[in-house]
Amino acid sequence: MSSPDTTVDARPARRLTIARAIAEAIGQEMERDPDVLVMGEDIAKLGGVFGTTTGLLDRFGPERVRDTPISETAFIGAAVGLAASGMRPVVELMFVDFFGVCMDAIYNLAAKQSYFSGGQVTCPMVLMTSVGGGYGDAGQHSQTLYATFGHLPGLKVVIPSNAHDAKGLMLAAIRDPNPVVFMYHKALQGMGWLGTVQRSITDAPEGDYVVPLGKAKCVREGEDITLVGLGLTVHQSLDAAAQLAEDGISAEVIDLISIAPLDRETVRASVRKTGRLIVVDDDYLSYGVGAEIIASVCEAGIALRAPPQRIAFPDIPVPFTPVMEHFLLPSADKVTIAARQMMEVSSR
Amino acid sequence: MSSASNASDRLWMYATMVKSRYFEALIKPAYFEGKSPVFNMAKGPLPGEMHLSDGQEPCAVGVCAHLRPGDTVTATHRPHHVAIAKGVDLDAMAAEIFGKASGLSGGRGGHMHLFDARVNFACSGIIAQGLGPAVGAALASKLRGDDGVAVAFLGEGAANQGAFHEALNLASVWKVPAVFVIEDNAYGISVAKRDCTAVERNADRAAAYAMPGHFVPGNDADAVHAVAGEAIARARRGEGPTLIEIETCRLEGHFMGDAEGYRPEGEVERLKARDPIPAYRARLLADGFEAADLDRAEADARAAVDAAFAAARAAAYPKPEEAFAHVFA
Repeated sequence: MSSPDTTVDARPARRLTIARAIAEAIGQEMERDPDVLVMGEDIAKLGGVFGTTTGLLDRFGPERVRDTPISETAFIGAAVGLAASGMRPVVELMFVDFFGVCMDAIYNLAAKQSYFSGGQVTCPMVLMTSVGGGYGDAGQHSQTLYATFGHLPGLKVVIPSNAHDAKGLMLAAIRDPNPVVFMYHKALQGMGWLGTVQRSITDAPEGDYVVPLGKAKCVREGEDITLVGLGLTVHQSLDAAAQLAEDGISAEVIDLISIAPLDRETVRASVRKTGRLIVVDDDYLSYGVGAEIIASVCEAGIALRAPPQRIAFPDIPVPFTPVMEHFLLPSADKVTIAARQMMEVSSR
Repeated sequence: MSSASNASDRLWMYATMVKSRYFEALIKPAYFEGKSPVFNMAKGPLPGEMHLSDGQEPCAVGVCAHLRPGDTVTATHRPHHVAIAKGVDLDAMAAEIFGKASGLSGGRGGHMHLFDARVNFACSGIIAQGLGPAVGAALASKLRGDDGVAVAFLGEGAANQGAFHEALNLASVWKVPAVFVIEDNAYGISVAKRDCTAVERNADRAAAYAMPGHFVPGNDADAVHAVAGEAIARARRGEGPTLIEIETCRLEGHFMGDAEGYRPEGEVERLKARDPIPAYRARLLADGFEAADLDRAEADARAAVDAAFAAARAAAYPKPEEAFAHVFA
């Protein structure tokens, strides 16, 4: 997954996990900008439950790398105040599922600060949070909630599918004058205690670069069908595309990268070419990313060769037992089957 | 202290602590099945996070010794000791943790979401979540005019959540029969209590909500039994809520697989040297209990756990399609 902003140099390629890439980005920006600080539960001494702040306490000390009490309303609210005061806080909500205890600070304060103040007061903060299931952690630790956050005006929402994008997105997010919800998927994080999709572990430039917020990326070109994914489902889509290629079906894969703003044009351009669309999303089905993507394509009057489809998590809480959870989650096989069927019902 | 606890309660507390500890002892090897040589939380018969209660048993038994099946208990992400002490069906609890169809919730909830309506027990995975529901259950008892009580267990970290303060205020304003029990194991994952809590003693926070606050040192089942007995009796008499803070300890990591690098060197060894269960056995013997009676109680407790695990392992997984049941009543 190379990027045009990757500078050519002679150094050997590194292999970075998303966790390492996030920590590296925050550390580099803390070096560059004294107004950046990090707060959250277990982010100092432990380096983050998901490794997002590894090594930062030793480098920057407890004033700028702050373990918080289990008080999300207080410290996320404090981040809004820090941001209004000209600082650039990066705060971690350990699991996105925990938003229930602190959503007021996120959507009624952070998201509306610029608007309510008529632009006088900005809210340059990053809320990073883990998403996703598939490892038997049950319904309060396995949700993704992309659409829940994407639905709220005033929040930017991004999710990287690989380490390269994670670093560049984090640098862009910290520098952005708006609140950015930076989601990272546990199945891609590269933590030793959770399995990781190996394709998410990539090279990344050691220096400074940004991956722009609000831009999707075509990560595999194809002619017959467009598969749209985000985070983990990008990899499921890529795996499906590889399977489909064996059948002679050429699938194009779009990595959304950003949920809000949504890069509708990149998706539309692909579907104009292929005429077929499947959106793969591990969030709840209804009112979700898939619906938004399909609406965007239909509203543009793009002629489709088959009805578009969503593969998503059904509208039920995430069950604990693996036999149920894996039955419900999207997978490469589900995408492959759906794509084959779509090809069959439509003329090539 | 022994005068506050009658002999049958003390024997029950001992046996129940042993049962709980043995339950966790059987979890440990089962949890690592399929997770070696490379540890991956997603694998094996017990996937996901696993929060063991080793060390915290005195909190559960000292309180639950006073409770009836109709009383309500809400517990935390670390629930096994409390569930066992409240009388949750052991077979169905083990089956739930293994994700089986015969589990309490048919495998939907797992170890952090144990529900047994038969004994009014529930637990959940987000910090301080059980306090509001305990206030509601206590209000229901008050409105119905029965003498039921509701007990919310929480960790010391939860006392820094807004929900803790809101629930205590509400319980006091409405004078409901609720008891809030803080199991202070000194850590919220990696963060030590002293680094994140403004007061030395969380029991002092009771003053802000005009209710009694008691600190119970020593991780001692008899001491918990005495203080909890007063608080629960007071609640049953309609005199309102109480906050109890118990000094306890976590002998294992926050979850299984936790490297515990945040602990000072030697801390776990020091804590294990003060393990409350052997200490309690020694005290019971010193107080005249017969070793044979304690041995029999232990053996019975272990046999019940062995049977529960054997049945849970042998039980069938649910059909995947069963996932769609119970989303709505």
